[in-house]
Amino acid sequence: MNDRLLAGADRLAATYPGESVPAISGFTFEVEAGQRVALLGPNGGGKSTLFRVLTGELAPSSGEVSVSGGLPALVPQTERSRLDYPVSALDVAMMGVLPRLPWWRRPGREDRARAREALARVGLAGLADRTFGELSGGQRQRVLVARALVQDSPLVLLDEPFAGTDVPSAELLTSLFDELAAEGRGLLMATHDIEQARGWDLVLCCNRVQIAFGEPGDVLTPEVIERTYGGAIVTLGAGKAILPPHHHDHGGEHP
Amino acid sequence: MIDWVVEPLREPFVVRAFVELALLGLVSGTLGCWIVFAGISYGAESLAHSMLPGLVAAALLGLPLVAGGAVGLLAGATLIALVGRVPRLDSDVGVAVVITGLFGLGVLLGLAPEVPAGLNELLFGDLLAVGWGEIAITAGAALVIGVALWVLHPSFLAVFFDRAGSGALGRRPGGFEVALAVLLALATLVAVQALGNLLVVAMLVGPAATARLLTPRIVPMMATAVAVALAASACGLYLSFHADVAGGAAVTAALCAAFLVALAARPPLARLRAAQA
Repeated sequence: MNDRLLAGADRLAATYPGESVPAISGFTFEVEAGQRVALLGPNGGGKSTLFRVLTGELAPSSGEVSVSGGLPALVPQTERSRLDYPVSALDVAMMGVLPRLPWWRRPGREDRARAREALARVGLAGLADRTFGELSGGQRQRVLVARALVQDSPLVLLDEPFAGTDVPSAELLTSLFDELAAEGRGLLMATHDIEQARGWDLVLCCNRVQIAFGEPGDVLTPEVIERTYGGAIVTLGAGKAILPPHHHDHGGEHP
Repeated sequence: MIDWVVEPLREPFVVRAFVELALLGLVSGTLGCWIVFAGISYGAESLAHSMLPGLVAAALLGLPLVAGGAVGLLAGATLIALVGRVPRLDSDVGVAVVITGLFGLGVLLGLAPEVPAGLNELLFGDLLAVGWGEIAITAGAALVIGVALWVLHPSFLAVFFDRAGSGALGRRPGGFEVALAVLLALATLVAVQALGNLLVVAMLVGPAATARLLTPRIVPMMATAVAVALAASACGLYLSFHADVAGGAAVTAALCAAFLVALAARPPLARLRAAQA
């Protein structure tokens, strides 16, 4: 056995209850400690579904999936979070202790201290008591990353962490993700940014089925990118491709 | 002036009504905030109305109203769940059909000459007739609800913040949503004794809705909601005593007035906060 393995899938497929067609199929990949893996695919391409399988919310319909080290930490898209909700940044970061507590236990003083430390690490020590909904998009994203830091899982799932973030937040997050990988955590990041994916250790391309998995130099060929995004891309030549702006429609994916 | 304040307090029935309302205020101020944030205010209203046939049946059979209400709630909740499974029927439509159906059935039964309590009392409650036995039941329910909310607070906070994502924190929403519905049913059941079938929702949702306008954090919001409930209860009872109007209706009117005052106070409060920041 590979003891650096944090998550692995072998011909994994998953189908939502009440549907006959699998939302994802043919996923075979591994994420090891210290690896940063970019997950590329269009909306509805199965990125969120894969996360649901890895967090145990959706059971595989065939194939196998394994996750070691307990529940992975999921950093959801901040664009989907409620802004009218009566919580502070600290309250949200504190939610990261819940996976370690049974439902009848309340977080304690040490947990609060850890949540404050995590907020300091994402550069928000001074805004811990600010209402979550009053923060900027980038700041909210950093709070959600702080929540994952509190959760302290070996595997971190990032759902488009750079969507809607400002430049300072994006820079801070980029270097934080590098630090997390250097600590020996595995990162799996859903993204639309092909250029960013080139800078990561591995790339997994999917469009309901897995299209390719491997090092960016091998995987990110025009052919793979075209199969991943279908006709929705604009090629720039020299193996480069970009998505037309604005390919995000966040309501469209599975709940 | 002092007489105006003290005179009602010499009447034991007024004191009992206030104790009952104070207990309900503690429940509604805390539980109500979750009802507002879970977005189930409509469900709360529906649940209350669905008990009417049960209440009328209990009155016809000479059973305690709480027992009839409990059966009515169970029947209503079951029917709503069943109608929710009919394909192509929005769950709101299902709730509306079931509730108006049950409410209509309750009124039909309630107009039967054999009903001793009278339909009025079941619809609007009889606040000034509340006895210590009913108060004891309310106190027991308040204790259960208080402990449950204390224990479930961190989980509720995470679940209603992000229903889709809370499973990834080890808190799947289903069980917590059911727990909230059960607590709501319990609160409705005891509140109906004093406030009746129609006015109970004002008490369960009103204070929390008012507090939400005034404070941006859940715990201060609960404290504010309890304070609003207590103040409105006191105002309503004095109004009822001195102006000789129905107790439950006077309390409801005071709750609505509190909401309107909070709504009017919002812009100046926001300016004040901005000036302080």
